[in-house]
Amino acid sequence: MPSAISVTGLSKTYASGFQALTGVNLDVKAGEIFALLGPNGAGKTTLISVICGLVNPTSGAVLVDGHDNIRDYRAARARIGLVPQELTNEAFETVWNSVSFSRGLFGKAPDPAHIERVLRSLALWEKRNNRLITLSGGMKRRVLIAKALSHEPKILFLDEPTAGVDVELRREMWEVVRGLRESGVTIILTTHYIEEAEEMADRIGVIQRGEIILVEDKQTLMRSLGRKQLTLELLEPLVSLPNALSDYPLTLSDDGHELVYRYDTQQEHTGIAGMLEELRKAGIQFKDLHTEQSSLEDIFVSLVRENP
Amino acid sequence: MNLRGMAAIYRSEMARTRRTLLQSIVSPVLSTSLYFVVFGSAIGSRITEVAGISYGAFIVPGLIMLMLLTQSVSNASFGIFFPRFSGSIYELLSAPVSYMEIVMGYVGAAASKSILLGLIILGTAGLFVPLQIAHPFWMLLFLVLTAFTFSLLGFIIGIWAEGFDRLQLVPLLVITPLTFLGGTFYSIDMLPPFWQGVTLLNPVVYLVSGFRWSFYGVGDVSLAASLAVVVAFLAVSLAVVSWMFRSGYRLKP
Repeated sequence: MPSAISVTGLSKTYASGFQALTGVNLDVKAGEIFALLGPNGAGKTTLISVICGLVNPTSGAVLVDGHDNIRDYRAARARIGLVPQELTNEAFETVWNSVSFSRGLFGKAPDPAHIERVLRSLALWEKRNNRLITLSGGMKRRVLIAKALSHEPKILFLDEPTAGVDVELRREMWEVVRGLRESGVTIILTTHYIEEAEEMADRIGVIQRGEIILVEDKQTLMRSLGRKQLTLELLEPLVSLPNALSDYPLTLSDDGHELVYRYDTQQEHTGIAGMLEELRKAGIQFKDLHTEQSSLEDIFVSLVRENP
Repeated sequence: MNLRGMAAIYRSEMARTRRTLLQSIVSPVLSTSLYFVVFGSAIGSRITEVAGISYGAFIVPGLIMLMLLTQSVSNASFGIFFPRFSGSIYELLSAPVSYMEIVMGYVGAAASKSILLGLIILGTAGLFVPLQIAHPFWMLLFLVLTAFTFSLLGFIIGIWAEGFDRLQLVPLLVITPLTFLGGTFYSIDMLPPFWQGVTLLNPVVYLVSGFRWSFYGVGDVSLAASLAVVVAFLAVSLAVVSWMFRSGYRLKP
């Protein structure tokens, strides 16, 4: 089974001289949700634009489901649905006409039942006869998704799908995306909201300055780069750490009320039991404790810092 | 061939025409009627016949050409400019349609509208002046060829223009003067010899002349020359459009 998307040695230098992509290699597996993370201007949108045929690459190749996206552009593009970042539309068209137009443009026979299903799944059915210009921002975003789904794509690109979308709608959209994945659609999304990648993605790619600096299974990434910390709230403030505890990576808060213990979740022995034993021996009592796991956001921030 | 894609573009452009019926059909017909009233009836009654045809009837082919050129250019240029302006062109460029299919969809729709408009104006003209059409086949051929050629020119302008002001620039500064100086309201042998020579550099002269020949059997230049100019203009426009899409000019960075 070929990869849904296979990008090799892709570079893009714009006419202005700005190099947006530098030798990008990327494989997206069929049926997965792949999240592309990166700071502003890292090249996320350029990468998607080259794959979808909106930007000409300077060098390199893109295969969509095994089809070269330039030499065999019809087969490649027919498989892709693209939801752009900007809220762009025909303004004076109705929702129904706009979505039907997209289906026709992609060479598919009219199928009102499919359009109805798509509109209903995105809660747009009531608005089908409204002109696009009269819709709210969130509704317009949904229309763009409906247009991309109108021609039953195998691969769906979502460029910042939930930017400027309220929390409830974001949850609804995640549901739609999950439903699509269950029906076998490969989904590639770029996002600023790391929470979104954390919640949705199977695999995560991090792009920075036009280079993919990491592609990893989300669980593996969270485990291997994730750190945990245990915070103990002490009954009596401490002035300094007892010597017996100096071997442990413990830090005492300035007011002496909290002890923070950092450990790696990958390690066989976290050392928590030993440390607690030493505390008991030293007669240090605590009234509460809690642990925190570093989020994808922390991982992302540290990755981007490490690769300037 | 993605015929469905082409048809989808064509239909959505024709739907735009229907939405803007007043401005796209009614207003050109109204302004042409005003030309008939002023030039054909009021001033025309004081002008002797031109080449054996009453002045009112003489200007009909020229006026239809005037509307055909300006409407083809403005309609086709707006059709492709608006998606570029709004950003919705992303969908067109990422769809499995060839550039020729895109061109046929947009230009075909703009040309259809112009042809329809030309025929409506022809019918309107028949109410004001007695009309005869000596060569109906050639009349339709010139109508169709001109509508397509200038819709193609409009399409090129729509891709080239970077703002609404530029969109207006070419029709206003090039098309309108060329049409007025292209023998719409006069026969070029009414001009002094020097200006007759200059006028022959104006491609619109050939269009108007060929079109008028199909009505009355007389023209300023030969039929072959008229036809050659239209076809050459069409070929050049096609070449430019083809280059624009292949190079990605103002469409794909």
